[in-house]
Amino acid sequence: MSRIKARFEGLRSSGRKALIPYLVAGDPQPRLTVPLMHRLVGVGADIIELGVPFSDPMAEGPSIQQGHERALANGVSLRSVLAMVEEFRTRDQTTPVLLMGYTNPLERMGFAEFTDAAVAAGLDALLTVDMPPEEVGPLNEHLRRAGLDNIFLLAPTTAEARIETISRAATGFLYYVSLKGVTGAGHLDTGAVADRLARIRRCSELPVAVGFGIKDAHSARAIAEVADGVVLGSTLVQLLADTAETESEAVQLDAAAGLIATIRAGIDGADMGQ
Amino acid sequence: MNDSYRGQWAAYPDALGRFGDYGGKYVAETLMFALDELDTLYTRLSADPEFQRELDRDLRDYVGRPSPLYEAGRWASRLGGARIFLKREDLNHTGAHKINNTVGQALLAKHMGKTRIIAETGAGQHGVASATVAARLGLECCVYMGEKDVRRQALNVYRMELLGAEVRTVSSGSRTLKDAMNEAMRDWVTNVDNTYYLIGTVAGPHPYPKLVRDFQTVIGREARQQCLDATGRLPDALLACVGGGSNAIGLFHPFLDDEQVVMYGVEAGGLGLDSGAHAAPLSVGRPGVLHGNRTYLMQDENGQILETHSISAGLDYPGVGPEHSWLKDLGRVRYVSVDDQQAVAAFTELNTCEGIMPALESSHALAYAAQLAPTMAVDDILVINLSGRGDKDIHTVAGLEGIGLQEGSDEPNQGPF
Repeated sequence: MSRIKARFEGLRSSGRKALIPYLVAGDPQPRLTVPLMHRLVGVGADIIELGVPFSDPMAEGPSIQQGHERALANGVSLRSVLAMVEEFRTRDQTTPVLLMGYTNPLERMGFAEFTDAAVAAGLDALLTVDMPPEEVGPLNEHLRRAGLDNIFLLAPTTAEARIETISRAATGFLYYVSLKGVTGAGHLDTGAVADRLARIRRCSELPVAVGFGIKDAHSARAIAEVADGVVLGSTLVQLLADTAETESEAVQLDAAAGLIATIRAGIDGADMGQ
Repeated sequence: MNDSYRGQWAAYPDALGRFGDYGGKYVAETLMFALDELDTLYTRLSADPEFQRELDRDLRDYVGRPSPLYEAGRWASRLGGARIFLKREDLNHTGAHKINNTVGQALLAKHMGKTRIIAETGAGQHGVASATVAARLGLECCVYMGEKDVRRQALNVYRMELLGAEVRTVSSGSRTLKDAMNEAMRDWVTNVDNTYYLIGTVAGPHPYPKLVRDFQTVIGREARQQCLDATGRLPDALLACVGGGSNAIGLFHPFLDDEQVVMYGVEAGGLGLDSGAHAAPLSVGRPGVLHGNRTYLMQDENGQILETHSISAGLDYPGVGPEHSWLKDLGRVRYVSVDDQQAVAAFTELNTCEGIMPALESSHALAYAAQLAPTMAVDDILVINLSGRGDKDIHTVAGLEGIGLQEGSDEPNQGPF
């Protein structure tokens, strides 16, 4: 059983929801990424999502775009992201790690070489933002052979037949984009999310995590009432950016851990309400 | 090799938007619905005679088509070789071929009931053409433009504003056309309910490379007939500059079955292909995925997209339309490059020799023609797509000569020499 499947089954049996923080790997400093991953697990992160920096992150809002730019300026590549995962695994063999990135760096490395290196590093799953099911064929074969989960996005505009198609290509969980827009955008309509999730669950047995637009404990709590997991990205990336210039690395780690602990409390409050 | 495509060129891209290995729909799920909606509508309208009549009427009465095919006799005799004909897209309304596409896509937006148009622009020609059709149809218009291009194309920025458009400066990434395209995509995914994304070239996700091509092939259909009328035969060679590649595909496509017609797509060699400072992905790039399609790209060993350089903002793009990548691999079109200096020399030459001021983009095609024509026989025929006029580039060229004109003189020289 994959680490992700095991994690969601474990959470379900204890009546809890997954908290999935997103970091851009190598942002604000490559040496901070692995310590951050461990700290976030320590305060209640269930799955760590690492953004693979790309020069043209088309689906990202300003906060995460700037995270990609900082990471690239730090010389971070797909290979160095895998090295971070490998380093994380030396101390943590149970927390699933998911990479979220764009097609071109993967292709340039080569799917076969990537999946071999990913398995060796202890990676669990991949979400390729700009590779919808129409284009994913060759990559999916490599991922399946390597036993890596392939995570797909679902949008508010994804029709039911298409949800079924995506669900068949996906393993691990489905990632529902909660609003029309880019990461970090706009106002979250939790009622609409609940309706959409009900429809997704009619089409798929996979757990559903929700991301894009969750900013604080309150919105995390509302989403956790209807979803299996909550992704927190832009707020965390922005916090790291805001503290990078002025604060010590220890203070940055504390600030990130504080934010995730707050979100954890919000989500668990939701659990208790059920 | 091309026999298998005889009469079939228009059948590509296939239903998945692919030209062989190129093209496709490499976008986030958040955009798939909008692309499918556009594809469905375009498939229906492109087969609708009433839509075609509406388009033809706009092209005639608003754009001013057909554009002339002008024989540049004095320039040709100076070069000493083939007869040279210029397809005068510079004489279109707004001064470039870009309007052929924006008029067509504006009709699509109208049929979809959209109230807002967004566009990306490099040189500003597509932005101006988009702002123009938006003004005409009473649509809100927002144009994304890289910070670097806003500076070197100040005249077009002001033109867009005069047309009632909002120009949004893009300061992310390399601050040029590719980043403007990223930002337009982000706007589209956020405002898709009321917004039409009017892509200016034959790149982007399916169906854009197909529909932009279809709207631009009016150039080649006219040129083919005009050449037959003027000379009684088809040209021996076609030349067009290639950035994204919309003016080139517009000229080339109707000639693809005419095997005797040799075609040259001219990329921006910038400071020279060896310098790394250029915008010539077909010449020295390799295939990858950017902006929703698979195509030749300028990229580093980690798959990051490289910054490009060209004296011409409209060619300053690290990718190229996927159909060009396919035509390159098939060997049907030859892709070459000329550098900044050669393009500027051709710009000057056409001014003094023919009284025509070409855009710096089009000057790349002219510069390659200046090399090619002398190697051809005197009765050979060369057709060059003069894709735009050069008024917008006066400041850039003046800056190269050390002349600071009154406006924009604080940034006279974005070029290398």
